[in-house]
Amino acid sequence: MATTATTDAPETSGAFGAVPSFDVTLRIRRFTPELTGAEAYWEEFTVTAYGTDRLLDALHKVKWDLDGSVTFRRSCAHGVCGSDAMRINGKNRLACKSLLKDLNPDKPITIEPIKGLPVIKDLVVDMDPFFASFREIMPFLITTGNEPTKERLQSSAQRERFDDTTKCILCAACTTSCPVFWTDGQYFGPAAIVNAHRFIFDSRDEGAAQRLEILNDKEGVWRCRTTFNCTEACPRGIEVTKAIAEVKRAMITRAF
Amino acid sequence: MSAQTQGAAAIADPGAPYRRRRTTRGNFELYTWVFMRASGAILVLLIFGHLFVNLVAGEGIKAIDFGFVAGKWANPFWQGWDLVMLWLAMIHGTNGVRTIVNDYAERDGLRLVLKLALYAAFIVVVTLGTLVIFTFDPCPAGAPADLLPSFCST
Repeated sequence: MATTATTDAPETSGAFGAVPSFDVTLRIRRFTPELTGAEAYWEEFTVTAYGTDRLLDALHKVKWDLDGSVTFRRSCAHGVCGSDAMRINGKNRLACKSLLKDLNPDKPITIEPIKGLPVIKDLVVDMDPFFASFREIMPFLITTGNEPTKERLQSSAQRERFDDTTKCILCAACTTSCPVFWTDGQYFGPAAIVNAHRFIFDSRDEGAAQRLEILNDKEGVWRCRTTFNCTEACPRGIEVTKAIAEVKRAMITRAF
Repeated sequence: MSAQTQGAAAIADPGAPYRRRRTTRGNFELYTWVFMRASGAILVLLIFGHLFVNLVAGEGIKAIDFGFVAGKWANPFWQGWDLVMLWLAMIHGTNGVRTIVNDYAERDGLRLVLKLALYAAFIVVVTLGTLVIFTFDPCPAGAPADLLPSFCST
């Protein structure tokens, strides 16, 4: 590290410590019904990017410098708001958490809207069906009796029980990676079940029976085929399929 | 407002909330899910037992002929074994195909047709199979004695 004299330094690096740049091609699935009709099409953009750039930075370059009509959602750009889930090289990822160097920039990077939800424009989809399922499982604390004067106490073990599913940012990467959801969109989807799990296994919550009843539906947890697409897609690393299996088990122990 | 709309095609209210078709709550899918696991485990035992007795035990595969099968179905134990195997396999398989139809058929009409065909095939196979197991005559009149099970000659 101390005395490595390199003669084959990249030509582009003008100064010491400069980040090498490279050209990357983005192949974007575009849908512009107001201009080109109801047919989606592919459009390629080539931008210069740096090794530290994320896919979102490249998309920004496309939108800001090349074609302002390219439309996508993003808000915080740091993997917390869950706005910029998209299908990148066939996998559901957050654009703001995908480094270009990890996506093999030698080949064009395909970017599509997440699958199974109606596309509004380019990469923007109608999230209403997704949030309708989320609302159906009642994602709020349900209690009975008088409210305590102080906070509702919980041991660290009780908190640990549902810790994994509290991380969900509702980006829809899991639900739109699920083949069962793709078919007709009637399935509740992994994200709704994950958020039900977060309350079902919360010791402070008393609505578990109602939530299990809601998910004990023809379109509920029993449509899960454990393909693990959702676990693979989750940008927060939630073990989604495991959470669904735990909800299934809770239903079975309740029924027998 | 009407001046803005070009073309006569009616556009669904863009602000209309998404609705799940209807709630289909109930324990049916729960029971079928549990049944698939339980019947799968039992079927493994039944089928491998069946294969072992027919193909490996005793004289092995050479033993299978009319007499062998007729002899087995004269025994209430093997009648029961084959009946359970038939029913579990048919319900397990039919339910499996039903879930596949639900997963892959997108249009309701296609779903209905496929499921009706599936249930029709189920009824035919289960009825015929059950009938054969219980009404099988191991000693048909006039058949050569060397093809029949040993207990027919007495």
